[in-house]
Amino acid sequence: MTPSDPVIEVRNVFKSFKTVQAVRGIDLRIYPGQFVALLGPNGAGKTTLVEMIEGIQKPDRGDILILGKRWKGNEDELRKVIGLSLQETRFIDKLTVKETVTLFASFFDLDNSRTDEIIYLVGLEEKRKSYVVNLSGGQRQRLALGIALLNDPKILLLDEPTTGLDPNARREIWAILQKLKDRSQTSMILTTHYMEEAEKLCERIVIIDQGKILKEGTLDELVGAENQDQKENSGRIPVHNLDDLFTQLTGRHLHE
Amino acid sequence: MNRPFRYRQLNQLILAHFREITREPGVLFWGIIFPILMSLGLGIAFTKKADVFRDVAWVQAENSQAGSSGSALGTFLLTHQVKRVHDKNGAVCYRIILPDDKLGNTTFNIRMMDWPKAMVLLKRGNLTMILGEKDGKIEYHFDPLNPDAQLIYLKLSSLFENPSLMQRSANPDIRPLTIAGTRYIDFLVPGLIAMGVMMSIMWGISYEIIDNRSKKLLRRMVATPMKKSHYLIALITVRIGMNFVESGLLFLFTWLAFGIKVQGSVPALITIFMAGNIAFAGIAILMSSHTAKTEIGNGLINLVSMPMMVLSGIFFSYHNFPEWSQSIIQAFPLTMLADGVRSVFIEGAGFAEITIPSLILTSTGIVFFLAGLKIFRWH
Repeated sequence: MTPSDPVIEVRNVFKSFKTVQAVRGIDLRIYPGQFVALLGPNGAGKTTLVEMIEGIQKPDRGDILILGKRWKGNEDELRKVIGLSLQETRFIDKLTVKETVTLFASFFDLDNSRTDEIIYLVGLEEKRKSYVVNLSGGQRQRLALGIALLNDPKILLLDEPTTGLDPNARREIWAILQKLKDRSQTSMILTTHYMEEAEKLCERIVIIDQGKILKEGTLDELVGAENQDQKENSGRIPVHNLDDLFTQLTGRHLHE
Repeated sequence: MNRPFRYRQLNQLILAHFREITREPGVLFWGIIFPILMSLGLGIAFTKKADVFRDVAWVQAENSQAGSSGSALGTFLLTHQVKRVHDKNGAVCYRIILPDDKLGNTTFNIRMMDWPKAMVLLKRGNLTMILGEKDGKIEYHFDPLNPDAQLIYLKLSSLFENPSLMQRSANPDIRPLTIAGTRYIDFLVPGLIAMGVMMSIMWGISYEIIDNRSKKLLRRMVATPMKKSHYLIALITVRIGMNFVESGLLFLFTWLAFGIKVQGSVPALITIFMAGNIAFAGIAILMSSHTAKTEIGNGLINLVSMPMMVLSGIFFSYHNFPEWSQSIIQAFPLTMLADGVRSVFIEGAGFAEITIPSLILTSTGIVFFLAGLKIFRWH
């Protein structure tokens, strides 16, 4: 693998659950250090796509390569380079923050100094002896993010990491991710339906609806291209942001 | 490097489960204090003779009165000068006391009433026996399947035939057995230990796994290089360790309070105890292998544990059940464990008696464990 090769390559992937076609022919390439937002409403297929990249769902058709390798036969190796944070992971209630981080550190064979670094990174030093059950929603999500970063992952998968958090807690998560972006070569896929989050953190945005990619590119490319189309078709409303763009593309709002 | 054992992971998982259990006050209560209270309550209830008080309805024939020559019961009450008292509601009743130094005294309060009132009280469970009369003879109206009513019938019919029973204080026919191993508490404690193993493992492992799956902790853990087997090994290890502590404390308490002793081989007892733990651990893994809903988990755990709790002879011998059902009941893991533990405790059994049940229990655990792993969902 060369530095210019994609760390994640999704090739024409399909996935269905009983009668629901969750993912319908998605192609995606993510390169080292790239932060990518998968933007779409609930039920768009974002989580299913992330679960397939994460290796816990198998595509019905198509292929997924992580660092040039398929999941089958390489699971142990790939688990070591991926960090994951889910929308609502609840850890063991009656373990302290320090004990929880230490438990997960043992899975990666990491020592005590790394657990202290992580607790510092996510700003939970004062809560290191608090039980997880006593943390606020924002603190729990920061703990989840810290655990996702324990192994200094090459690929970070964040599934709606700020859903349900208040604006302050959301900004704290963004600050940690911004720091990570500035200092490391980690690639990140972030699923969200907050356009502000996608705009702020990710240089590339992939808009998904009904299991398909509707459009992808940088924020300027997406909004600019749509406004160019608007000039040519004078009846259409100008696009100012991703929400407008999503409405233009689907006739619906992101939060529907 | 894919090592079969990653000791650091395993240690941390065991430590995490241990902390989770011991930091939960409910675990101390349900795992340790509750079985001790149960043994104390049942032990006291069945080791002390208790006086019995029963209300009996007397439905008189038309135009008859207590003491009248037309009433057999009335004549009996008058002839033997049965005490006429007023109850707390001011109603009149005849009080017969049958003294017994071995079984405890039995007091019958015989109340006169009409048939509809007697039926209402019977339906409410306030009484189980109605006395009537026909052609100058006493008739007994009761549900023959009700053991309490049967006992009242036996006592009253003996009394009416042999009124001297009212004057007898000592019962010379009964020679109480008080030697260790023959009391009810000796029967009960091994059963409580076996039931404790089942309940602790079914709830402690099955429910824990389902709960962790429902809150996505399992999914989060298997997204790391954690060995899946280590998670299950840690959970089972901690639970079995806790069972040793809980059962040890129950034994210690009943030894101090009731003088319970292990009459057979202690290594054999540990063997059958471990085999029972393995059996229920396997069943618990299978029960929790698929669902992520704690409500379904509750149902599954109850589906497995409730019938065994009722049928396996924990509180009373299953030999009272119909003969055709006994071979089925004996095949239940809880029956096998309770019988095995009981045989070591009170019959003085050793390895010769518990080897086969231990092998069956261990094999059951392994088969269920493998079946559970085959369909186990980590997310």
